[in-house]
Amino acid sequence: MIGTGRSVKSITARRRHPLARFAVVALALGLLGGGYALAAPNGSTADAAVASGKADDVAKGKDLFVAHCASCHGLNAEGTKSGPTLVGVGAAAVDFQVSSGRMPAADPGAQAPRKPLDEWVTPEAIDQLAAYVQSLGGGPTRPSAEQVDPAKGDPAKGGELFRANCIQCHNFVGAGGALTYGKYAPSLNEASPTQIYEAMATGPQAMPVFNDSTITPAQKRDMIAYITSVRGQVDPGGSGLGRIGPVTEGLVAWVVGISLLVLAAIWITAKKRQAH
Amino acid sequence: MTDNTIDQPEDRVPKRVIGTPPPSEAVLKEEPAHKPEALPGVQYQDPVSARKAEKAVALLFAIAFLAGAGFIASYVIFQVGTLEKTSASNFALGGTLTLALLALAAGITTWVRKIMPKYSMIQERHLMASDSDTREYVKETFLAGAEESGFVKHKLLRRTLLLAAAPLGLAPLVLLKDLGPLPGTKLRHTVWGEATKNGKPRRLITEGTGQPIRAADFNSPGGILSVVPEGYEHDLNALAKATLILLKFRPEELKSGTNLNWTHDGIVAYSKICTHVGCPAALYEQTTHHILCPCHQSTFDASDGAKVVFGPAARPLPQLPIGIDGEGYLIAKADFNVPVGPSFWERGDAEREAREKAEKA
Amino acid sequence: MDTPPKAIAGVSTFLDDRLGAGSFLKRNLRKMFPDHWSFLLGEIALYSFVILLLTGTFLTFWFKPTMGEVVYNGAYEPLKGVMMSEAYASALHISFDVRGGLLIRQIHHWAALLFVAGMVVHMLRVFFTGAYRKPRELNWLIGILLLSLALFEGLTGYSLPDDLLSGAGLRITQGVILSIPLIGTYIQFFLFGGEYPGEDIISRFFTLHILLIPGILLALITAHMILMWVQKHTQMPGKGRTEKNVVGAPFYPAFMAKAGAYFLFTFGVLALLGTFAQINPIWLFGPYTPADISAGSQPDWYMGFLEGSLRLMPAWEINLFGTSGGTVPLSVLIPALVPLGLIMTGLALYPFLEQWVTGDRREHHVADRPRNNPHRTSIGISAMTFYGVLWLLGANDEISANFHIGLYETTMFGRVAVFLGPAIAYFVTYRICLGLQRKDAEIVSHGVESGVIKRMPNGEYIEVHTPPADDILAHMRGKKEIPVIESAADREGIPPKGARSLIGRLRAKMSKAYGTDRVPLEEEHGEEHVAVGAGERKEVH
Repeated sequence: MIGTGRSVKSITARRRHPLARFAVVALALGLLGGGYALAAPNGSTADAAVASGKADDVAKGKDLFVAHCASCHGLNAEGTKSGPTLVGVGAAAVDFQVSSGRMPAADPGAQAPRKPLDEWVTPEAIDQLAAYVQSLGGGPTRPSAEQVDPAKGDPAKGGELFRANCIQCHNFVGAGGALTYGKYAPSLNEASPTQIYEAMATGPQAMPVFNDSTITPAQKRDMIAYITSVRGQVDPGGSGLGRIGPVTEGLVAWVVGISLLVLAAIWITAKKRQAH
Repeated sequence: MTDNTIDQPEDRVPKRVIGTPPPSEAVLKEEPAHKPEALPGVQYQDPVSARKAEKAVALLFAIAFLAGAGFIASYVIFQVGTLEKTSASNFALGGTLTLALLALAAGITTWVRKIMPKYSMIQERHLMASDSDTREYVKETFLAGAEESGFVKHKLLRRTLLLAAAPLGLAPLVLLKDLGPLPGTKLRHTVWGEATKNGKPRRLITEGTGQPIRAADFNSPGGILSVVPEGYEHDLNALAKATLILLKFRPEELKSGTNLNWTHDGIVAYSKICTHVGCPAALYEQTTHHILCPCHQSTFDASDGAKVVFGPAARPLPQLPIGIDGEGYLIAKADFNVPVGPSFWERGDAEREAREKAEKA
Repeated sequence: MDTPPKAIAGVSTFLDDRLGAGSFLKRNLRKMFPDHWSFLLGEIALYSFVILLLTGTFLTFWFKPTMGEVVYNGAYEPLKGVMMSEAYASALHISFDVRGGLLIRQIHHWAALLFVAGMVVHMLRVFFTGAYRKPRELNWLIGILLLSLALFEGLTGYSLPDDLLSGAGLRITQGVILSIPLIGTYIQFFLFGGEYPGEDIISRFFTLHILLIPGILLALITAHMILMWVQKHTQMPGKGRTEKNVVGAPFYPAFMAKAGAYFLFTFGVLALLGTFAQINPIWLFGPYTPADISAGSQPDWYMGFLEGSLRLMPAWEINLFGTSGGTVPLSVLIPALVPLGLIMTGLALYPFLEQWVTGDRREHHVADRPRNNPHRTSIGISAMTFYGVLWLLGANDEISANFHIGLYETTMFGRVAVFLGPAIAYFVTYRICLGLQRKDAEIVSHGVESGVIKRMPNGEYIEVHTPPADDILAHMRGKKEIPVIESAADREGIPPKGARSLIGRLRAKMSKAYGTDRVPLEEEHGEEHVAVGAGERKEVH
């Protein structure tokens, strides 16, 4: 089966093939970097905390919120000019934004990018923060580990849904694409299954929402199965050239193909200059 | 090759190499041809370096042979059937083929450059035009022939021949008529306007899942769904005109461009087919309510009747009147009131026509 | 070797007895082919075409050009059980279930890209060296036809696998066809056998792609080769090379071997690409449906300039008869037709316009160095800039996404650059050409710097200049003056007949601008080329 740890490794090696590096460096795409298999953060402890009334987590979460989030989102998450209200966004939104490093945002821009996590961002801290935000006004909760297990999904069915709902922004393999005014649909290569699920459920930033009543959790899992199987799959025809379609192919045809053939032509016809 | 030859490059008769026949009359007779002076513009290579080059060429040809044999072996050894197997097979077949071809090419190039003489031979050119005598002869022959044939003199013959050719020339064009039906008004309607087989209004179906959509379920503002008509989920001709994007707004977000009578509880349906050249316009930014077409970047404001805010599309995405049926599922209340998709000659200003009709009513 | 081997002699005699091939071979075995690397560029296209025919034939053995729906049950797991057209399923079958199928498919696609790229670089070489001039105008026109047909051949081939990406291209094609005034809808219904996408287009494009267009291509390529053979190749200026001769290597054996090696190089590079660079991974795109599209849907490179011009266009549309019809979608029609039309018509007319402007009716067999006809070179670079801006903007979404530039900013940039770029390119190229001419003139008149510093009796230091190698000198001296039509008034102040009308005066003016040599080569000053050292610059012009 595709998508096992071993094949991911061999793909990474393949993508580091000189030709791939050439194409990618030439375009400065930087799409292929990074490992894929981010460990899925431990499921629904925050929700459990809220359910079981563990006020401890909520209180600690409130402290974290005041320290790291309140300057933009307000002391009670009511929202300010520089950040929307977080009442009702749910634990899923918190987990998605914080675990991917998008929040806390480094600087205001068109879009908060994925970035390395701050030191204080530990799974427990996310749990506490999520518990606090969930306690404010409900909202989408985090999926269980089973809900995002690619092995339990049907990639073929997920592929159809993926093509119907996702690829117009994220490209046919989730390599990402452009939006207006400097925004962009990010590459899905680094997103963990949980993050993919949470993004669909909460609609972070410019992304629309795909709620559970129209795209069911099982269907979301199918899509996750498709995304992870395709992104982990070997490129049987050589370097994937960033998997963004004919643009890099055309570039390679000219930069590699025509250049090599011009060099060959020069070699065939070169003359040693006669001495005088 | 022995060292002697290298020591005595002036030696006209090459030293005997093991395996070659002893110098004979033939070899000696052939010798003069090797003199650089033999043909003007032909400069022979130094025989020593030519011998050296021969070894390099032979090596390259040997590599080509091995790689070519490797190609055949790869075909037998590597099977296909899974991605990994196909990948290995492609790599083995392609790698050996590449090596064989490039080694052969390099070998021949070395052969030409290092073993064949250097040429700088001269060939004369002549004007392309024939000389005047020839031209004169052709002209006279042509005129004589035309006269002999009677084509010039016999008017009736000439005219009836042309007449006879005319319909035959048109025949191929006539034959092409059955390539397709005439357009009629097909481009003006979609299947949303037709009732279903049992006479009920047509439901909106989620693309990919095949499920009808309960309005109460599509309740997250900022939500989007790609929607196809009930009964035509896999009919590409129908989908090419009837596919929708369904958007959920907070009521306060909708502006005057959107026909509120055609929405249901903040749910709006627009044609997904771009009015520029027909790509599915479906990149939706829930923060700006922009719908962006990925092909040529026409941008529509979904909160304001999908009017064009950027790009080459000249018209808004048509809005579909929707409502709910008795079970709460979203249905189409009528067809689009203007033709969807790219513009065509017969279309006209359908938007104005629709507006005027609405004002009259 | 005194006599040819018996086998060859026997066959030759047999053939000569029946075909009289001897006299043909006598004339042609030692046909001369001038040596210059740029003369091989056209062969990239020729050999790519041969490889396209071979690999294409292989693909037809498995490809099923029908749009009937099937459920996929092949080797590619993530699509198992998905409904798709038979065309797409068979293309997947070739990729995953036929040994070498993926390799051949990839070589075919790479060869298609290099086929058009080879034509373009060859055409640029011919243009910039003036090799299209009399007597080669007809071959130039055949070349333009070949290029246009190649674009159609590429378009039809791109559409065949019926994946989501190829369908997007087809949809845009349909939108463009619909936009044609008066007959657009009819053409669309006839081409697609009814409404889009219908069930006929793949099989119709298949016939066009594998029979009709390649047949015409083959015929035209043959004509192209025959004309080249009969007219003999042009040569670069150089020692002993005149308008009346060809200096080079004979067809047999040298050129034959070189051409053979170059075929193998072309095939080898295509195999290299087909092995190590994945192209058109149709299994990742999924089956076509008009309801879906991927971000970054792009055409192959040779259609990129059309895509770019569609993206640049503002939203113009007019309704000639108001609500009752006469819709002319200028935002589709102009970008689809005007750049292509400008480029192709401009290319086709250029030899004749140049002849009209210069009044030059002579045969030309010695090629120009691009710098020596600065206006032609500038026009060429200007056109390339126009094309290049459109081409670049055809990928503006990828540029925007990967370099984080605003999407609309790229479009706005393109809208300005498409007009400004060519003008700047013209000016800059013209100055560069004159600069290079000046350098040549200096070398011809003063020789090259030898690096030897001499002290003169009066204490001045100079650098000794030595005469350039005579093959280089001959190459530079190959510069030909460009004729200017007679337009000066005679003694009574009456201009010649052709120069009296408005167009005549314009023509005379253009001729003067086009033909005037601003940096004439000077004669050498004797044998000892001693130029002054620091402090005094020799002004050539």
